Amino acid sequence: MPELSTVVFYVFSAIMLLAATRVISVKNPVHAALFLVLAFFSASALWMLLKAEFLAIALVLVYVGAVMVLFLFVVMMLDVNVEELRKQFRSYLPVGLLVGTAVLIEMALVLALAFGKKSSAAGETVAVVVDGSNTKALGIELFTKYIFAVEVAGVLLLVAIVAAIALTLRDRRETRYQNPGEQVLIRARDRVRVLKIASEKPTPAETPAAPAEPAAAAAASAAEVKK
Amino acid sequence: MSNPVEMALTWALGQPFPTVAYGIWTLLKIVAIFLPVVICVAFLTLWERKVIGWMQVRIGPNRVGKGFLQPFADVLKLIFKEIVVPTGANKWLFYIAPLLSIGPALAAWAVVPFDPTLVLADVNAGLLYILALTSIGVYGVILAGWASNSKYAFLGCLRSAAQIVSYEIAMGFALVGVLMAANSLNLSDIVNAQKGGWWQWYFLPLFPLFIVYFISGVAETNRHPFDVAEGESEIVAGFHVEYSGVTFAVFFLAEYANMILIAVLTSVMFLGGWLSPIPITNELTLFGATPLADGFFWLAAKVFVVLFFFLWIRASFPRYRYDQIMRLGWKIFIPVTLVFIVFLAIIMQTPWGEAFH
Repeated sequence: MPELSTVVFYVFSAIMLLAATRVISVKNPVHAALFLVLAFFSASALWMLLKAEFLAIALVLVYVGAVMVLFLFVVMMLDVNVEELRKQFRSYLPVGLLVGTAVLIEMALVLALAFGKKSSAAGETVAVVVDGSNTKALGIELFTKYIFAVEVAGVLLLVAIVAAIALTLRDRRETRYQNPGEQVLIRARDRVRVLKIASEKPTPAETPAAPAEPAAAAAASAAEVKK
Repeated sequence: MSNPVEMALTWALGQPFPTVAYGIWTLLKIVAIFLPVVICVAFLTLWERKVIGWMQVRIGPNRVGKGFLQPFADVLKLIFKEIVVPTGANKWLFYIAPLLSIGPALAAWAVVPFDPTLVLADVNAGLLYILALTSIGVYGVILAGWASNSKYAFLGCLRSAAQIVSYEIAMGFALVGVLMAANSLNLSDIVNAQKGGWWQWYFLPLFPLFIVYFISGVAETNRHPFDVAEGESEIVAGFHVEYSGVTFAVFFLAEYANMILIAVLTSVMFLGGWLSPIPITNELTLFGATPLADGFFWLAAKVFVVLFFFLWIRASFPRYRYDQIMRLGWKIFIPVTLVFIVFLAIIMQTPWGEAFH
């Protein structure tokens, strides 16, 4: 009987392969995005099996929780006409095949070289941390040994953010903007002025022998709304 | 590593079957967390209606079993109602969406420490796990809105997606502050780091983060005043406008389970979890027992208070306008948390850093 983790590994691998295939084979883009989410989840489970808990959770947190949500957000609003896309399938096929083969060969090379490395130095690539927190170990490694790479990556991301904002931020003069900051700061006294007006004394000729009604006094001191 | 199920299997079948027994035992533990959560949800709905009733000078539910059985009456009614699938809806996704929203809401409970020993999975990366799972919950809302083939539902889902992604960032930064102070991602360690009375709890040194976390939590659960995803007066009921019967009940369950979860997490990370506010109560004995010692009682009390805030907020404030929600998330909360984290990092290197540990 195989070990439980082996069974789990094959189950998640199968799900992942299936989901990855469906990503490129389903017609509906929303379904494709959801299959991609499933593939991410399975990959995360596989990493969890390898005791790489930080990577596994970060994958779910970043890709499933944020990136794919935005993806879905965009994809849902697209009105994709599948027939339109299929029209030039044949004319694009040779180029597609060429690119696909190139990518396949590159990936095969990377994998082959990486596996070759592992077998040459078998002891080295085994999980470093067995006891204690995987996250802590990763953090210490990243911020001591690989600090330069981390900082370069950080600067690159910052530049990307600034560029993305600069590209989309344009001042349109015809748009009328509201300033929520000002709106939130508004207080009742900025808009409403409460006036105190002394109630007028009834002249004996108009109201003979009747006391001033309380309703009239209340109405006299009512708030005057400026805007 | 023997557990009751293993012993039972040995007694009944003559063999322990450790893997099977472990699976069954874990399932039993999950049920032991799941059932109380669902019952809490039921009574939270009742409590909410009662509290809002009192605040609006009404009585609230008072018919079915003096009001106490109202949630069960509601559930029974919803279970027996027909599930209507709209024309042109994506049937498969329409049915799976409520499950996707309840699943993460319940799965996150796995790492919640109820008392010093009672936790289903005492994982090291507990905080990360919580963050990851709370961010997945939005899929239920998005898919519900898209699969319903309805404009109102779709508007609700788009609003919700943007809102949750925005507030997640502030929430994550608030948790970064907590993990810096506690020096751990494990929730039990975070509670233990707050030992020594209420003045040691993180809500004092990390006060801005506490406020940001709580408000982001309200926004994450789509509660008032951030409930633009539902927005009854604008888009009818938002993402679940087309849902009826038990599918609607599941969305409801997910919302309240999320609320309780956020309340528990706020208590665990900022209000000392299961710790007693005054350590002296640990020595207080009554008939040989220590009723006010550190333990589940204190967590439950704190959760109750935080949940009351949720209801209080709901009954007090009008709904935010959408651009104001976005402004609050991006222009206030994120800068506040970012600055505070840098401040925390600097001050922790100084002699005053002790106050933040």
